[in-house]
Amino acid sequence: MEFQNLGDAVQQNLKDGDTVAFEGFTHLIPHAAAHEVIRQNIADLTVIRMTPDLVYDQMVGMGLVRKVIFSYAGNPGVGLLRRMRDAIENEWPRALEIEEHSHAAMANAYEAGASGLPCAIFRGYLGAGLKQVNPNIRSVICPFTGEELAAVPAICPDVSFIHAQKADRKGNVLIEGIVGVQKEAVLAAKRAVVTVEEIVDDLNAHPNMCVLPHWTISSICVVPGGAHPSYTHGYYDRDNAAYLEWDDIAADRERFQTWMTKNVLQSSPEAFRDRVKSLGVAL
Amino acid sequence: MTETGFTPDEMMTIAAARVMRNDDVCFVGIGAPSAACNVARLTHAPDITLIYESGTIGTTPDILPLSIGDGELCETALTTVSVPEMFRYWLQGGRVSVGFLGAAQLDRFGNINTTVIGDYAHPKTRLPGGGGAPEIASSSGQIYITMKQSLRGMVDKIDFFTSFGHGTGGDHRQRMGIKTAGPTLLITDLAIWKPDPETKEFTVVSLHPGVTRQQVQDTCGWQVSFLEELGETPPPDERELTTLRQLTARTKAAHEGKTA
Repeated sequence: MEFQNLGDAVQQNLKDGDTVAFEGFTHLIPHAAAHEVIRQNIADLTVIRMTPDLVYDQMVGMGLVRKVIFSYAGNPGVGLLRRMRDAIENEWPRALEIEEHSHAAMANAYEAGASGLPCAIFRGYLGAGLKQVNPNIRSVICPFTGEELAAVPAICPDVSFIHAQKADRKGNVLIEGIVGVQKEAVLAAKRAVVTVEEIVDDLNAHPNMCVLPHWTISSICVVPGGAHPSYTHGYYDRDNAAYLEWDDIAADRERFQTWMTKNVLQSSPEAFRDRVKSLGVAL
Repeated sequence: MTETGFTPDEMMTIAAARVMRNDDVCFVGIGAPSAACNVARLTHAPDITLIYESGTIGTTPDILPLSIGDGELCETALTTVSVPEMFRYWLQGGRVSVGFLGAAQLDRFGNINTTVIGDYAHPKTRLPGGGGAPEIASSSGQIYITMKQSLRGMVDKIDFFTSFGHGTGGDHRQRMGIKTAGPTLLITDLAIWKPDPETKEFTVVSLHPGVTRQQVQDTCGWQVSFLEELGETPPPDERELTTLRQLTARTKAAHEGKTA
C-alpha cells in the first residue's frame, strides 16, 4: 500500500484496455478518481458497475469505454443515461459493447470474485429475457436437489476504484453507511485504489465495522469531497440537484463536451473540496 | 386537480398505500411504489418493514429518496447490509412478503419491461434496465405493480421480458419452476386490477371515483376485462391526502435545494 496523489495512483494502476470497476451503490461513488482517468485519457476500457450512473455516462461520452458490464444504467430517480444511450443507439462517439445482468447476478459475481470462485450460483433470471441476449448467463443443476440455478462468471477486475470515509496512518480503510459491493469489488480485483475524505490516527471502528486492511489495497489518495455529487455518509449529503441538472447537460452532445472541458479536463482533484462545501460539515 | 378534490396520481398512490399491511416486509421500487409504501407507513401501517435494494432494512425516511441509496434511507434504517447480503439472504432467502414495482411497459399478465423499446441489439430507446427487478419478481412472496395508464405503457406485447409475471398466463409460473405468487395486484391512476384466478389476466375490480370503463379502455393497449360486480375505490380521506401532500412537499423542497 502506498499513499499517493490521485494522478500518480491512476497512472500506476490503470492502463489502456484494462477491465476496471468504479463501485459505489449511489453512496461513495469515486467521482474524483473517474475524472482523473478521463483527464489522463486512459482508453479502450471495459468498465464494470452495478449502477453505472453519471461517471460512466461521462467516460462513455468521452469515448474511453469499449464495453460496459452493468445491471442498471440509469440516473437514479431521474431517468436515463443520455450519453450511454447515444453510444448504444447511435454509436456516438464510438460503438459500445454491453453485457447486461440483474443486480442479484452482479452482486453474486463480485462476491464470487472476492471468494476466489470461478462463477456465482444463485436462484435468478427465472423467465427473464436477459438469458436470451447475454451468453454469460448460464445454469447449473444442484447436485443435491436437482434444482436448476443461474450461473454467471465471477467478476475479477484488473483494478477497482472506491471512495471511503477514512484511512488510518497504516492505510487501513473504513467504510460505513450504505456499503454496497465495495468490499467485494476490492477483494475481487488485482489492484485497488481508494480515495478517502481524510487520514486519521484511529479509525474508532467497532468490531463489526466494514474495514479493509491496508494489505488489500494498492494506493490510497486523500481527496476531500471525492464522491461528489454522490455523498459520503457523515461528511456531506448527496447533491440531488446536480443529478437533476445532469439530465440537461447530458441531453446535448455539445453541452456535454463544454461541461466536461470546464469541470473535468480543466479541473483537478482539489476542486472536489469546494463542490461539497454547502452540502455538509466543513472539511 | 379535478372537481373531486384530488388528482388521479394522488388516488393511485393512496390506493396503492392502502393495500400494504402493518406486518408486510416490502422490497420497494423507486418512484410511485416508494411514495405509496411511505404513505402506508405514515398512516395505517406504522410498523411495516420497508427494504430498498441499497441494503437498508426497516427504513423510515422523512422525505422520499430520489435514488434507492439516499443517505436518509440508511440514517433512518434499523440496519444496513451489503448489497450481496441483501440479494442473497433477504430476497433470495424468502424474507420479503411483497415486492412493489413500477413498469415502463406492462402486459395483461403482469410481465414487465424496463429494458428496451424495440429490438434489444438495436433499440429504439434504451431504458435503464432491470436492476433488482428480475429477482424481486421471482423471489418476493407476491408482487404489486403501480403505474399510470397509457397506450405506450400498457401494451398487448412487451418488447422485452425484464421481469417475469405470469408469462402467457394460467400456470406458466409454476411450469417455469417459480414457487412464488407473482403479480397479484395492479394499481393505476384509474383503477385497481387483480389477475383472473384461472387465466391470470389482469381484470379491473374497482374503478376510482369518477372514472369510466371507456377511460380505462382508451388508455390500455389490450382488450380490458372488467369484473362483473365492479366496485368503486373509496376516495382518499383527509388524513391520507394530507399525509401524501406533506410528504411530497417535504421531498420537493429537499431535492431542489442544495442546502436543504
